[in-house]
Amino acid sequence: MSNITIHAIFDDEVPLLASAKTLRSNGIRIKDVFSPFPVHGLDEVIGLPRTWIAICAFIYGLTGLSLATLMMWYMMIHDWPTDIGGKPSFAYFMNVPAFIPITFESTVLCAAHGMAITFYLRCWLVPGAKPKNPDPRTTDDKFMMVIETKEENRSNLEAMLRKDGAIEINNNNFKYRN
Amino acid sequence: MNNETYTFTNKTRNFTFALMAIGLISIIAGFAQPSPEDQHTRIWANLLINGYFFMGIGLLATFFMALQYVAEVAWSVAVKRVYEAVSCYLPVGASIMFLLILAGQFHFHHLWQWMDPAVTDKTSPKYDALIAHKHTWLNPAFFWTRTIAYLVIWNLFQRGFRNRSLEEDLQGGTAIHYKNMGKGALFLVFFAVTSSTSAWDWMMSLDVHWFSTMYGWYAFSGMWISAMTTIMLTVLFLKRKGYLPQVNQSHIHDIGKWMFAVSFLWSYLWFCQFMLIWYTNIPEEIVYFHDRLAKYGYMGLMWTVFFMNFAFPMVLLMSRDAKRNYYFLVIVGTIILIGHWLDVYDMVMPATVKGDHQLGWIEIGTCMGFVGLLIFVVHKSLAKAPLTVQKHPYLDESLHHQY
Repeated sequence: MSNITIHAIFDDEVPLLASAKTLRSNGIRIKDVFSPFPVHGLDEVIGLPRTWIAICAFIYGLTGLSLATLMMWYMMIHDWPTDIGGKPSFAYFMNVPAFIPITFESTVLCAAHGMAITFYLRCWLVPGAKPKNPDPRTTDDKFMMVIETKEENRSNLEAMLRKDGAIEINNNNFKYRN
Repeated sequence: MNNETYTFTNKTRNFTFALMAIGLISIIAGFAQPSPEDQHTRIWANLLINGYFFMGIGLLATFFMALQYVAEVAWSVAVKRVYEAVSCYLPVGASIMFLLILAGQFHFHHLWQWMDPAVTDKTSPKYDALIAHKHTWLNPAFFWTRTIAYLVIWNLFQRGFRNRSLEEDLQGGTAIHYKNMGKGALFLVFFAVTSSTSAWDWMMSLDVHWFSTMYGWYAFSGMWISAMTTIMLTVLFLKRKGYLPQVNQSHIHDIGKWMFAVSFLWSYLWFCQFMLIWYTNIPEEIVYFHDRLAKYGYMGLMWTVFFMNFAFPMVLLMSRDAKRNYYFLVIVGTIILIGHWLDVYDMVMPATVKGDHQLGWIEIGTCMGFVGLLIFVVHKSLAKAPLTVQKHPYLDESLHHQY
């Protein structure tokens, strides 16, 4: 008996959520869901672990903050102290209010770009990457659930999906990579 | 729909009475204290701090209400009665403000230096050219026209919103909702101007030789965050007592986001005002911060305000879980409220009592009295109507609010 991949299409988020709950309560693992917009609560229902992106963002932010501080300390205090508007330039802390906007901007820049780049790399959304979406309709108005199962469970699973409102169930051989 | 009403228990009522008694004793003690030339500047300045700070909470709750109507916000309908009740403090706070300014006009106190007619009289030894130059704006007739216009019109809007909301409970339909939207938009336009001008008139003119174009927004954002925090704490109190069963974690989270965001708005304006003035270092502008940081010794207070109103809320409210946690929110909310009270203290005291400032039992006692008054008025208004609006068009959507 071989493994098969089932693609169940829904036309609304409500039956999708309901169906995902039924499958999970029956112990069936959902490999992934494709949807045209983020469905609130879905990540918990299909049992995705919590994202680390917030922690990454914090680390990128700290990096940006340190880099900006280092840069300004080197330029304005260490290498070439400049008297601007009579402000003391002997030590970093004496002039710190003037440095805050740059520190802030650099923190935001690094946190935002770091997050975006991490996201792209993690999802492998790079130039020349093969599309991973098995059905373009999921970018418009359809929702698709991907389930990997054994051939012998297929009829049982299909009945369950139909009951919860799947409008279409396919078993195609799209090369699904994660 | 759930038409449960809040019961203002005797225990809570007595607690607010105790606070108000402490406040009254502090005020009387403040006036009884010997003071140079019998001016009692310390206690008058205290009354102004509290009068302004607490009126701001009621006022910005009214603003928030108008904002929700105009933006047709659905999620907040579940807690609508709470911010409506907080806005009911506005008439009380406005009356106190009015009496304080009236006392200044009749020279019971001299918090506003420009109210003394001698300073604009060329023959007088007290003549002050800079104040005389501002006479077009700061003259009693124009000043009183403005003051009365702000207070009366704000109160009329607040009363209108409240009455229409109670009427909507009986009547239903969408007519009242659309009327509220129109009135809300009018209020926002009026408030866009008067939030700044009232801050210039009552607060910035304490430092009459100085001006800042950012002052109005700075004062406005400080009042806004205090109002959002008061709304949050009232919601949490009611949840704790088992009221508001329809308010879920997502509603709390959203009010928490407001607290977080408005903290940043305040920090941004507070810091920009400071940094631009500090950096350019022009004598007529720097005088404000020179008084505070160098001359009269408010350096410690300004750092405290920075940490309480920016650093703590930022670090403590950043994560999603914190905005959904009762204890976190109560602790951060208390820090923010105290921090913003201290911020108003920092607006008023250096201009009035100058170097003679102290944060003693008179200050704390007066503040406690006003806290008692605020809780009393808000809870009385909460008890007057069902805790959930009955027939708001977006009620159903708000009950299903989930994020």
